[in-house]
Amino acid sequence: MKCRICTEKAVIETRRHNTAFCKECFLTHVERQVQKTIESEKMLSKEDRVLVAVSGGKDSLTLWEVLHRLGYQTTGFHIVLGIGDYSPAAREKVEAYAEKQGFPLIVTDLNEEYDFTVPELALNTPRVPCSACGLSKRYLMNRTALGGGFSVLATGHNLDDVASTLFGNLFHWHTEQLARMEPSRQATHPKLVKTCKPLIRLTERETLAYTLLRGIDYHEEECPNAEGATSLLYKDLLNQLEHASPGVKQSFYFGFLKKGRSAFAADVNGADLRECEVCGQATTTEVCAFCRMMDQAHRTASRRNS
Amino acid sequence: MKVIIRRPRREVQMPGSRRVRDLLQELQINPETVLVVRGEDLLTPDEVVKDEETVEVVPAISGGSTDEV
Repeated sequence: MKCRICTEKAVIETRRHNTAFCKECFLTHVERQVQKTIESEKMLSKEDRVLVAVSGGKDSLTLWEVLHRLGYQTTGFHIVLGIGDYSPAAREKVEAYAEKQGFPLIVTDLNEEYDFTVPELALNTPRVPCSACGLSKRYLMNRTALGGGFSVLATGHNLDDVASTLFGNLFHWHTEQLARMEPSRQATHPKLVKTCKPLIRLTERETLAYTLLRGIDYHEEECPNAEGATSLLYKDLLNQLEHASPGVKQSFYFGFLKKGRSAFAADVNGADLRECEVCGQATTTEVCAFCRMMDQAHRTASRRNS
Repeated sequence: MKVIIRRPRREVQMPGSRRVRDLLQELQINPETVLVVRGEDLLTPDEVVKDEETVEVVPAISGGSTDEV
């Protein structure tokens, strides 16, 4: 198979574009796709200070690498979640990558700062691990971006991530979430930071190829809490459709953004945002969900230990 | 040939040579969800893997990251 651009030997076929690329043309293609997304969705400017959420997996390290190559001012942000052997291995990959590239990195340890790991939060609150993890990550990412004077938070969500989230939200008619599925979200309160997802034009397979071709040493292990996750089922179903009909994931998600999302605009909860009475972060309630979770975890743990 | 499938890791011996697309079909692996690698080279579906060679099937799909930020 030949590269459709330069006719060199191809290293990857992308059926949804009905094409194949050699290494150099693929790397250029990926970086152009990200730049196109950033421009079309007005995600970033070269003046922005961008905090890049990095788990150590292929997507977040691809995002960091590409944004840097495109000339954006980036700092990595990694959260140590305290999940068994998984978290130390992830941290090691992130720190090794940052050191090798000479990129600035901020690391926050959930347990050191709040006395609870993700498994302990799940043990001491009604939340399942993925819920406690997601809430902690969203909170800490926003807090760190605000505190560090970053204007935008960038995450490595890819096309498979957003298409499977759309699939799940449609299945359950989560209309408010459907209305909020924008690729870039402006800050709607002084205590919120703008967020964006520059990898939404790339499939997971493409970010994996980019990572391998650039020689990036990523954390390949799957989070133990992801086993049996519904998101994996949705991704599997979407990829069966993609195999039969190349391009279906892209048309599903981008078609929704173009033609479907606005239909749910009236479902957005217009509750006023205010500052949490405990931490000062933006919330619609007196005390934000993160502070309530931590308070509950402390009270439950105290009862267990007394 | 030897096929190393990562996550969960297992090894499969397959006699003879075959194209990457046929190899994945026999193993019932959706090509949209993996990359097939020989050494450091990514292989396209038409590439032939010879009997004496070893290839790895690297998974692309991960479960996390679906949280809306």
